[in-house]
Parts: sequence; structure tokens; C-alpha cells
Amino acid sequence: MLTDILFFFFAGIAIFCGIMVVTRRNPVASALWLIGTFFALAAIYTLIGAFFIGVIQILVYAGAIMVLFLFVIMLLNLGNDYQPDLRSRAWMITAGGSGLVLLAILGRVFAADTTAPLGRLTGPEAVATQVAEYGAVGAIARPMYTDYMIVLQVTGLLLLVAVVGAVMLAKRRV
Amino acid sequence: MELDFQTSVDYFWALLPEIVLSLWAMGVLLADVFQKGSRSEASRPAIAWLALAGIAAAAVANVWLMTVTGTGGMIAVDGFRIFANFILLLAAALAILVSMGYLDRHAMNRGEFYVLLMFAVVGMMILASAQDLILLFVGLELMSVAIYVLVGFNRRDPRSGEAALKYFLLGAFASAFLLYGIALVFGATGTTDLALLAETIGTGVQDAPLLLMMGVGLLAVGFAFKVAAMPFHVWTPDAYDGAPTPITALMATGVKAAAFAALLRVFAVSFGGLHETWVVAFWWLAALTMIGANLVALTQGSVKRMLAYSSIAHAGYVLVAVVAANAVGAAAFLFYLLVYTLMTAGAFGIVIANARGDRERVSLEDYAGLGWQQPVMAAAFAIFLLSLAGFPLTGGFIGKLYILRAALAADQVPLAVILVMASLISYFYYLRVVIVMYMRPAPAADTHAGLTASRPLQVAVGVAAIGVILLFFAPAMVLDAAQGSVAGLFIAQEALFGLSRGP
Repeated sequence: MLTDILFFFFAGIAIFCGIMVVTRRNPVASALWLIGTFFALAAIYTLIGAFFIGVIQILVYAGAIMVLFLFVIMLLNLGNDYQPDLRSRAWMITAGGSGLVLLAILGRVFAADTTAPLGRLTGPEAVATQVAEYGAVGAIARPMYTDYMIVLQVTGLLLLVAVVGAVMLAKRRV
Repeated sequence: MELDFQTSVDYFWALLPEIVLSLWAMGVLLADVFQKGSRSEASRPAIAWLALAGIAAAAVANVWLMTVTGTGGMIAVDGFRIFANFILLLAAALAILVSMGYLDRHAMNRGEFYVLLMFAVVGMMILASAQDLILLFVGLELMSVAIYVLVGFNRRDPRSGEAALKYFLLGAFASAFLLYGIALVFGATGTTDLALLAETIGTGVQDAPLLLMMGVGLLAVGFAFKVAAMPFHVWTPDAYDGAPTPITALMATGVKAAAFAALLRVFAVSFGGLHETWVVAFWWLAALTMIGANLVALTQGSVKRMLAYSSIAHAGYVLVAVVAANAVGAAAFLFYLLVYTLMTAGAFGIVIANARGDRERVSLEDYAGLGWQQPVMAAAFAIFLLSLAGFPLTGGFIGKLYILRAALAADQVPLAVILVMASLISYFYYLRVVIVMYMRPAPAADTHAGLTASRPLQVAVGVAAIGVILLFFAPAMVLDAAQGSVAGLFIAQEALFGLSRGP
């Protein structure tokens, strides 16, 4: 019961901060509201028992990536000229329609009391068994270095490509 | 050899073509650094040939892969993957061949071009063969990131940069859709493994949970972006137009083929149980893409842009085979992708050849009189254009015929009619170029004199032209191979539901 209350509390904060991110005119303000979303998400991760992910969420996203965002905003000196994204009426209607669809889906989810997954267990129970067996870090590390080894290797290639590409595009003289 | 994916060594063997290609690409990267005296000096031609040798080595590993069987891993070891890999490697080889002279003319001959191209192909091969949605996503990103950079590779051309930025922003947007879809599908089923997904979804067609349907819908949107189906095509004309032309050729062939292979694997195989639901969405996508893209292509004055819209239209034809979602459709799908790769790469090869210095001559008037002053070049272009239109005596005709057969086998008569009507529309703009080439006189007697078609480009165009013609006169061998390679794809699904759509 307490978990439910906490969940809705943090979910509300996350949604509120998310709306603020897209409605602020100043990019720096948007970035700061984004930190609020990250913290709320970290709290939700912790609530379902994924402690490690929760901590990483704060360290990596709220810490490192956010600083990067702010650096980019300041280096590019953004935020001096404001132009609305939704310029024509058609875009307004599309955006409003998408919002309504999202609300309708949320309503159906609450009304029908979310159907159980078709297959194996997901959610807090699955997380709890994994954490009990391998520990908070092991529950991430084990699958990452065994079942998903190939994915990890390909991610390494992806980073190599990103580095080579960034040098090619951004270096003053190549 | 039999693989059961219990140990890492099994994965090593199953991924041999990808491993060979990525190690080779790293080797090319190092070789490029060591062969230059000064950093700003252009790469020597040897780098391009080294990259081509890497593609050949991966093709050899791919041939060896035919002797391997295995199930249950994160990577599929089946005929579909091997056939798709050959198409992707062919697209890459053609792209490397046509880019050799091009890079020198535009003063951007850097070894990284070939390295990124090879890594993009590794991503494509992983995308086409992933048996797990997470691996599929990472493969897609590997491909996309390399292509984003390649699109913006011509740094002195602002259009290239603009194309890269547009492609990057919309591509990242599409990736987000795909990732959100994967997350929702995982939430609904508890697995990301494609085979397990097929099993889990099973016959629960009647009351599929909302989460699953949303996930499937978002995945469809993400894939539609990547294959550039209407109305998710808005990035395509600008990105294709601004990119260096060899990369446009690779995007129109390899990137599209890989995304389509993943699309077929995910939707026809894993979500086969939900066929009744998603087929409606893809039906409309296919119809809209075929009609819309062909109509817009009519209005294009630039041949490069016209070819971009033509590639969107062809995505619509291939989607018809996806809608059919039977074994005939999958074989027609592979056959069409092969023909399409040959004719599109060839057509872009001619666009590259019809240039003077670093000025590309892409407007329709630039082709006037080409047929009389450069007969060989114009004849090859005519072959590719007629094949794209689907004329008899070219492989494009056979490809469309098999897609029509698959559509009829799946009782998609209206879609088959739309395909024929859309092809009729397309005749106009393909034939217009042919007519301009042969019927309209050139402004001067030496307008087309001394066009710079490098030897490798001539080889690429020649191979593509011969391939397109051969696929009309002797399609049986390739078609049998395509049919054999999709044989295993639908077995699991048919065993589950006892359904066999089409013969």
C-alpha cells in the first residue's frame, strides 16, 4: 500500500517534470527540469527493487550526462531566440490528438487493471528473485556478461564507430 | 557443424562473417593511419581494395556458414540470414566500387570512409540475423551511426551536413519508437527472444493485451521509418539528395534491405500469431507508399531525387510481400531485394558517372543527348530504369511477378491491383529519363565528352547490368535458393498454428 502511494507520488513528479521539460522556453531550464525526471525515475527503480539501476540512474544520467547537456547548451549559446515548435494548426491538432490517445490508453490501463504478462514473470517479483540470488550488482552483471555477451561486444563496436565518426565530422583538419 | 549455443565458442562460429568483417575493418583503420606520411594527405587507392577484400573475406565466411546449423541462440543460423548477408555484402561491394573515383573527385578520399562503410555492413548483418530484440536494436544503431557519419562525410558541402543532421534527428526519433516498442513487448511477454515471443504470443490472437498491441504498433512505426514507407518517409528525399552519391546507393540498397529483413523476421515470424491485426496497418502502409511515392516522383526535376522517391516506392512493393507473410512471399521478398539492390546501385553508379569534376549533373536536362554521345553509359542506365519500372526482359519484371503471385496466394487481390496501377504510374517518370537521353538533342556536340567513369565504377555498373538481365533469363537458380533459404523460417509458426497460407 505504501509502495503504491510512493509510486504514484514519484510517477506524478516524473510526469510533471517531463511536461515542464518540453514547455520551458529556456533550454537551461528544460535541462534542469530533466534532472527532476531522472530523480523521480531513480526512485521508481528503487521501489521495484532495482537498487543498482536506481543508483546508476542518478550517477550517470543526473550526474554525467546532465553536465554534458549543460555544456553543449552553453557552448552553442542556445536560448537567445525562441521559436515555437508547433507552428501550424495541423501540428497543434496532431500533438493534441497524440496526447488524447495517450490519455485514453492510460485510462484503459487503469480501468482494466493491467493484464498480467503473457509469458514469464516480469516486474518486482522477477527483480526480487534475481537480486536475492546474485545480489544487486550480480543481477545486472551476470546476464550482461553471459547471456548478453554478444550484445555487449556489438556495443563496443558501436562506441568505436561513434569515436571514429565524431573525429571525422568534428576535427578541424583531417 | 551443429551449434547449440551452450558455449561462447558456438557464438564465435555463428558470428564468423561479422567477426571477420569487423576485425578487417579495424585492420583497414590502422593500415590507413600507417600508410600516410602526413595526416591531411589523401588515402591511397590500396585502402579501397583492402576494404573490398574484407567484404570478399566476409562473403567466404558466409559461404562456410552454409555448412552450419543451429537453433536457440541469440543469432539465427538459417538460410534466410545467409541469403540476406549475400545481398548486404553485394550492396557494400558495389558501393565501394562506385565510390573509388568519386571520393577523389570530391577531395574526400579518407580511409575512414571505407572503415565506416564496413562497420555499417556489420550492423546490417547483425540487424538481419538477430534473434533477440536487444541485439536487433544494437545492430540497428551500429548501422545507423555509421551511416549518419557517412551522409555528412562531405564536410565542405553544406547540403551534406544538412542531410546528415536531418537523418540523424529523425533516425534517433525512429530508434526511440523502436526501443519503446521493444520495452512494451517485453513488459507484455517477459521476453525479447524472437522464437520465445512467437511461442508466448501463440494463438492468443483474440484478446491480445493492450501493452503488447502498443508495443507491436510502435515497432511497426520504427521499422516504417527505417525502410522509409509513407507517411514516415519525410527524411528520405533530403537525406538521399544531400548524401555523397555512393552512400545514397548504400542507403537505398543495404540499409533498406537489412531493415526489411529484420522487419520480416520480427513481424512474420515472431508476431505471426497477431497477423490478422498488424496486416491491416501494413496493408495501408504498402498501398499509401506505392501510390504516394510514385505520384510525387512524377514531379521531380532532379534524377537523384527521382531515384530517392523511386526507392520509397519500391519499399511499398516489398511491403506487399511482407503483407502476404507466407513462404512464397518471403522467397519473393528475398528475390526482389536482390534485383532491387542490383538495379538501384547500378542506377546510382550512372548518376555518379554523369559528373564533371566535383559538379554532379543530376537535373533532367543534363541527360539530354546522353544516348548518342555516351552510348554504353546510356544503355546501362536505360536497363536499370526499365528494370526499376518492371519491364519484361529485366529482373525487375520477374521480381514484381513473384510479389504479385505471393499477394494473390495470400488473397490480397486489391493490393495486387494497386501494385500494378502504381507500376503503370512509375513507367512515366522512368521512361521520361530514357526519352530525354535518346530523343532530346544535347545542347552542344561535346556536352557529354570526357565523362569520368573510373574503371571500378565501370565494373560495378557492368556487373549490375548483367545481373539484372540474367535474373530475367535465368531466375530459377536464385529463386530456388531463395525458396530453400526461407523453408525453415515459417516452420515453427506453422507447427504452432497448423496454418499454411498460400501453397
